[in-house]
Amino acid sequence: MDKLKLALYWASSCGGCDIATLAIGEKILEVAETAEIVFWPVAMDFKYKDVERMPDKRIDACLFNGAIRTSEDEHMAKMLRTKSKIMVAYGSCAYEGCIPGLANFFSLKSILERVYEETPSTDNPGKVYPQTRVQMPEGDLEIPELKNMVKTLAQTVDVDYFVPGCPPEEKTTWLALEALLNGKLPERRSVISHSSKALCEECSLVREGRKVKKFYRPYEVIPDPEKCLLEQGLLCYGVATRGGCGAMCPQAGMPCTGCYGAVEGVIDQGVHFLTALGSIIDSTDPVEIKQIVDGIVDPAGTFYRYSLPVSLFRRAKSV
Amino acid sequence: MKKIMIDPITRLEGHGKIAIFLNDMGDVANAYLQIPELRGFEKFCEGRPAEDMPQILQRICGVCPEAHHLASTKALDDLFQVEPTVTAKKVRELLYSAFFVTDHTTHFYILAGPDFIMGPESPVAERNIFGVIRKVGVELGKRVIQTRQQNYWVIETIGGRGIHPVFGLPGGISKGISEENRAKIEEIAKNSVDFARLSLKIFDDMVIKNKEYLDMMLSDTFTHRTYYMGLVDDQNKLNFYDGRIRVVDPQGKEFAKYAPREYLEHLAERVEPWSYLKFPYLKKVGWRGFTDGKSSGVYQATPLSRLNVADGMATPLAQEEYEKMYETLGGKPVHHTLATHWARVIEMLYAAERMLELSRDPGITNLDIRNIPASTPKEGVGVVEAPRGTLTHHYVTDEKGLIRKCNLIVGTTNNHAAICLAIKKAAQDLIKQGREITEGLLNRIELSWRAYDPCMGCATHALPGQLPLEVKIYDSDGHVVRTLNQFDS
Repeated sequence: MDKLKLALYWASSCGGCDIATLAIGEKILEVAETAEIVFWPVAMDFKYKDVERMPDKRIDACLFNGAIRTSEDEHMAKMLRTKSKIMVAYGSCAYEGCIPGLANFFSLKSILERVYEETPSTDNPGKVYPQTRVQMPEGDLEIPELKNMVKTLAQTVDVDYFVPGCPPEEKTTWLALEALLNGKLPERRSVISHSSKALCEECSLVREGRKVKKFYRPYEVIPDPEKCLLEQGLLCYGVATRGGCGAMCPQAGMPCTGCYGAVEGVIDQGVHFLTALGSIIDSTDPVEIKQIVDGIVDPAGTFYRYSLPVSLFRRAKSV
Repeated sequence: MKKIMIDPITRLEGHGKIAIFLNDMGDVANAYLQIPELRGFEKFCEGRPAEDMPQILQRICGVCPEAHHLASTKALDDLFQVEPTVTAKKVRELLYSAFFVTDHTTHFYILAGPDFIMGPESPVAERNIFGVIRKVGVELGKRVIQTRQQNYWVIETIGGRGIHPVFGLPGGISKGISEENRAKIEEIAKNSVDFARLSLKIFDDMVIKNKEYLDMMLSDTFTHRTYYMGLVDDQNKLNFYDGRIRVVDPQGKEFAKYAPREYLEHLAERVEPWSYLKFPYLKKVGWRGFTDGKSSGVYQATPLSRLNVADGMATPLAQEEYEKMYETLGGKPVHHTLATHWARVIEMLYAAERMLELSRDPGITNLDIRNIPASTPKEGVGVVEAPRGTLTHHYVTDEKGLIRKCNLIVGTTNNHAAICLAIKKAAQDLIKQGREITEGLLNRIELSWRAYDPCMGCATHALPGQLPLEVKIYDSDGHVVRTLNQFDS
């Protein structure tokens, strides 16, 4: 039997997903035995040209990480989709836009101005900006175009499976790889994780059903390490976040920030969190409620920390 | 004019490509390193709570998130004007030392090692980590994997997560170390010290005792006389986590020494229209173009730079190795780019020794891990040494601690201009009129930038292989006259 042909690619990402792929440790040897990696630019020599030359559907499965930010990202997503039977959005960037997706709160123009003009270390009196094509004395130089909107993989091409996490934890990665290697795949378009429910289900911190009079920021208090952080007034996102990671952050004394995305069936993770928060506020007095809610200093950036591009908003109005 | 494109070079953080132009005689006219992407962290952090910066900004790099996490956490200490507790500082540095061991291990064995252990022009199929394991033995291969895995366990245990840790807060950390875990960390530190010593022995056997490599290391092709930058403690010893930034000139004389908050007096960044990445330079020297020497503000911030700026190493075994390196290479400063690999392994030993010291510190399991800030935040700067260079985070907030302005000067960025110089010089020396452009020759050009480890996004991923390198040679009309692959076998 032919070995399963795997491709791994990164678009607009931090590299953490590629490290996460290696975090499976010695199991990577198992992958190497069962599968043939035909494209992995971070580790292997196959090039764009080699992918272009492949017949359509030559690749059995492609693990694609990173958001779609540049014309090159878009081009590679489309090419890999054509060449792959199964396309997997691996990690939060490809799945839901993640932290790079926060750029959708701003216009591309304002981002470029900040980076190339305003930053205090930048010395750019001539207002030079990177250009997609520049004529140098020796010839032309080209770089890809930056898009005005950060998109997810599924907003660019058809995606078969999603693997959550920034980055996916080792066991989540292995769950996905094992399914691919054994051919025992779940229903198409599903999110591959050990849990479809909220993170709280697997968190060891004790809930007492307490409500809160005030939201605290993590630097303002030292929480009881054994008890639910949300009930202690910290904005722990576990209540509206898919489980599967093992609730590592709350157990390290820090609130969940939501990187595994929405729980099964929820369209907008931020709205879900907002609803959940509504039920934990200990007041019926509108004035006091406003005061309590004002303790959430960056609602948009907190509720959509990882999911702005797939939220109902997608981006701020471009100015 | 012919144009040679090396595109994509995938072992750069994110994506990168190199353009080499040949004149009509077939000599190199110029060479450019282009970074073709921008994510815009400096903008989209605006409006976010300052205390979220360690977790947001580490998404710049998933290979060295620990560096961003700690530079950011230190910027928060400064922003909130809160001194972290003694224990918190030690625990942060302990995590950071474990991180340096893993990161330098990956680069030495998986990325750079193949060039030296297998040879820069060895068969492509052999010039990778598997070739290395075949040559040096599977036992060593297992130790490489084990060292990485063990130190990732340390990062996860202290930081909450292995990739993208969460423990940093202004004034301290979120969680302390139990005695049980401390004992395990001490064992891992001991293993790491042994492993680093073994790595130095391998470097000595394979590189220093090999005349061909040593000659290549010392050749003018891989030599640049620039300024150097790195963090030093109050004894002017190298430190990754804390201290002042010291800059030495190409003669090795101290040119500047400053606190993180003073960085804007010393650094400026230039924009070129052909790359999304900026080019930092020393402000007081000025930008004189892509050139080295005392009159050019181009500087380097690498493992070799850190050794060049420091008066020595703070741990005994690393100090011995430091002395040996300078004795062998003819004193300070060393300008040979390829000696960066040697410096990196010496730093691996220092990190392991420091990790061992901290794991044995009687106060490391103390419970005083947080000071709660009391001041109104306004402005803060935090600096650490990332494996690939000095890392600066600078925030300005409103009175509620929401980010108004954010500025970042990131590890590899420091070296952008120097890497361009290195590529151009190597290309000019190695590609000569009429000379056949072979795969081995191209790999020798790649040595020039690989020494900088500008491969953040991929440093620890590499399994088999080289760079996915493709070279196209165009004639002056833009027609492809030749396509070269580095690894067709």
